[in-house]
Amino acid sequence: MNGPAPRLLHGQVAQGDRLPELVYEVTATTVVLGALASRDWRPMHHDKDFAVHRNGTRDIFLNTPNQAAWFERYLTDWTGPHGRLGRVTFRMLGSVFPGDTMVLAGTVGGAAVDDQGCGWVSAAIELAVAGEVKTTCAARVALPIGPDDNPWTRGPERWKP
Amino acid sequence: MSGPGTSAALPPALSAALAEHPDPVEAARSLIALEQYPEAGEFPVERGYIWTSCASVENGNPLFWDDGAAEAITGGPVAPPSMISVWFRPHHWAPGRSEAALPLQVHFDLKAVLDLPEAVMTDNTIVFYEPVRPGDRLRTHQVLRSVSDEKVTKLGTGRFWVIEVVYHNQEGELVGIESYTGFGYRRATS
Repeated sequence: MNGPAPRLLHGQVAQGDRLPELVYEVTATTVVLGALASRDWRPMHHDKDFAVHRNGTRDIFLNTPNQAAWFERYLTDWTGPHGRLGRVTFRMLGSVFPGDTMVLAGTVGGAAVDDQGCGWVSAAIELAVAGEVKTTCAARVALPIGPDDNPWTRGPERWKP
Repeated sequence: MSGPGTSAALPPALSAALAEHPDPVEAARSLIALEQYPEAGEFPVERGYIWTSCASVENGNPLFWDDGAAEAITGGPVAPPSMISVWFRPHHWAPGRSEAALPLQVHFDLKAVLDLPEAVMTDNTIVFYEPVRPGDRLRTHQVLRSVSDEKVTKLGTGRFWVIEVVYHNQEGELVGIESYTGFGYRRATS
């Protein structure tokens, strides 16, 4: 199978590398589309009256599964399609509302090759609004260790996320 | 996930645990490691939702948009790994259903048996195994992993617990494990 060449190889990544920032203007459409795309029908993600009067928040806000999708997009924008997610850990610290400018920024925590020969990179990502961190994501993603390697071809016995 | 969610009638596993262990904490802990709430997704993994999800975050990864790239890299189309829980959220309405199912039922069971009216999720880890592909019929079950001793936080007094949601495909292959840490509590001033 001849596909596109890997965009980023494991050997090109080092501890302390910064991932390119992603800046995005959040609108009500962002929040509602994200909630419905993740099949989250709870009203605080589409009904401002409910969010304000029942939840006590200032508006509707991004739901967690859609934030997971934002983090995945952020990581694979950087790695390219050969990057294969192994593990993500989220911590929610605050809400993201329409009108917010969210900024995703990440730093490489380390790079290592496991005993199966799989190249892993750890990254710490923060989603912030006006300098205040709203969500953190610790991610572990596999990258090709050479131009002919592809983490997606690893079956269960060679995939240790 | 927060707010009241207790059910009027305790589920059978919880009732049995309470019959054997009158102390609610011991009853809750007796459920650790049991596979609970096996469930099949209401519909197969499908590309329409994959595209809607990618559109919602402007994810242009060619794995999801370019069949040639997907064939070359992943042996055919795959779903974004982060969508794993999407395939289990119940329809907003379905014929004959009188009340919406609660996802992560073990969380609500713990609130009920420990009599902790409030709860928050503090963090969430997802580990990804075999890729999820369009047409897959996924199954899931929930496993309680731990219930802490009583803790006092700025929210109130309560207990932390860890619940895993385990996902398999129709071949029985493990595709993912989600791990949630919850804190059930009673408000400090009430």
